[in-house]
Amino acid sequence: MTIIEARGLTKTYRSKSGPVHALAGLDLSVPRGSVKALLGPNGAGKTTVVKMLTTLIRPDAGTAFVDGIDVVADPKAVRRLIGVSGQYAAVDENLTGFENLEMVGRLYHLGGALARRRAQELIDLFELTAAGNRPVKGFSGGMRRRIDLAGALVINPKVLFLDEPTTGLDPRSRIALWQVIKRLVADGTTVLLTTQYLEEADQLADDIVVIDDGRVIAEGTSDQLKAQIGGHRLEIALVDAADSDTARSILARLGDGEPLVTTDGRGLEVAVNDGPLVLQHVLAALGEAKIGLHDAGMRRPTLDDVFLKLTGHKADKAAQQAEGAELETVK
Amino acid sequence: MSVAATLPTWNPLSMWYSDGWTVTKRNLIKIKRLPDMLVFAVIQPIMFVLLFSQVYAGAISVQGTDYVQFLMAGIFAQTVVFGSTFSGSAMAQDLKEGIIDRFRSLPMSSSAVLIGRTNSDLVLNTISMVIMMGTGLAVGWRVNSSAPEFLAGIGLLLLFSYAFSWVMALLGMSVKSPEVINNASFLILFPLTFVSNAFVPSDTLPTPLRIFAEWNPVSSLVQAARQLFGNEGTAPVPDIWTMQNPIATVLIGISVMLLVFVPLCIRKFASISSR
Repeated sequence: MTIIEARGLTKTYRSKSGPVHALAGLDLSVPRGSVKALLGPNGAGKTTVVKMLTTLIRPDAGTAFVDGIDVVADPKAVRRLIGVSGQYAAVDENLTGFENLEMVGRLYHLGGALARRRAQELIDLFELTAAGNRPVKGFSGGMRRRIDLAGALVINPKVLFLDEPTTGLDPRSRIALWQVIKRLVADGTTVLLTTQYLEEADQLADDIVVIDDGRVIAEGTSDQLKAQIGGHRLEIALVDAADSDTARSILARLGDGEPLVTTDGRGLEVAVNDGPLVLQHVLAALGEAKIGLHDAGMRRPTLDDVFLKLTGHKADKAAQQAEGAELETVK
Repeated sequence: MSVAATLPTWNPLSMWYSDGWTVTKRNLIKIKRLPDMLVFAVIQPIMFVLLFSQVYAGAISVQGTDYVQFLMAGIFAQTVVFGSTFSGSAMAQDLKEGIIDRFRSLPMSSSAVLIGRTNSDLVLNTISMVIMMGTGLAVGWRVNSSAPEFLAGIGLLLLFSYAFSWVMALLGMSVKSPEVINNASFLILFPLTFVSNAFVPSDTLPTPLRIFAEWNPVSSLVQAARQLFGNEGTAPVPDIWTMQNPIATVLIGISVMLLVFVPLCIRKFASISSR
């Protein structure tokens, strides 16, 4: 039973350098009670999808239904079912956290008493009690995000849309927000989230849709996607470039897939499915061949690896740097 | 647990009223929390009253009336026109901050954000107006008409500012950033308010400017306010219909602005989104 069903969503924007296809016939279906992640680099069309499904923009072509309601034909009925939390925390800076949530409750037509009660519940749930009566202006980035997310939960929505919920947050706030989202999912909310981080999709989603240039390029569980690119990446850095060929043949024999070699011949990389065990074997083999190493390590596959494999090009720089922070290096 | 199940279906009218009021309240809280905005709305008219009545008055003479009496209607008109630009910059600001996306994703009345905006700006303009009157009275301005005429004058100025707020709100939703609207509105409103009969009688201007000033809608507003406050003196009024019938002209102008720009604003609002 799907709760979100979209077919052939298309959106083209005009720009000085010609038409930009934000979405080029995107299909999406999300089963009730599941968590689906839209994974892709900046400009892939993730936000456009969310804006269409939340009735903010109309598709040029294609259809979309949320809980059986056409988002174009009856946007108000859709708005009564959904909660939205965007990339740029959409809260009023001059209102307090409580006032922001009370206003949202009133605009969902809960009435004053229920709106206030619900605002207080959410302030407590998100551990903003101390800050709830101060203007949002003085909040940290993480606190603003929590107020924004709370705004999306005022009515316990049937479908929750989260557009890059943790972009720009420090790692601690990010993990805290993940905890909150996981609790909601456990309560049965359907979630559609967008992210640039493979790890985030991995943590939260049952199912991942990889999009690029407004199209779906891969879909599946996190494990299925990773299996396509190998479970881990094994990287070594050689002392002497003369050993490059020997090292390459060792990696080709022990790894799963074709090794990549940097242009100077000293950096090598290969996909491996068995993780640390392969690293041990590779180190032993290199030792036997008396090949000196500067560095050797394993890392989880990144969005870049997924993209390189699926599209032949890298995702954007920002994602690359963010993922770079999560290297697990074994000396 | 499920609040969603209890979501009531409201009839459109009570929804419109309640949502409009909720947004108005939000905007008024902002005025309270950002007093610099209020200070600006209050100080600027005081400065204009003092500048013209104390600095320029000695050098400007108007036939048949004291300059301060002549001046006040002009300053009222100028202030409500400039005050309305705030509706534009505030819409642009809300759009930029993403709060418009929040509003548009809620099942609220489609005109509520605009109603709330124009309502709260009317409150701000009313405050400016009261302060200006106090300043005017302090420098010797006097109302020489009946109480109903005086109230009609105030009502006309505020109604004009309200209608003009909708024009500016549309502009605010159409520009890329709040800064654009501040600069653009200044470029448009400066000639509209200064090349008019607000500060000097239009017959003193060189011919092209005089013609512009006579047909300028702000001139009609100023003339209407002068009539209703009994501040006309014996200065000749240009012999064109809009200046001979300024109150009717302003009422027509207000109706046209509302009839055209309210629907345009509501339509525009239904398609705007940040970025």
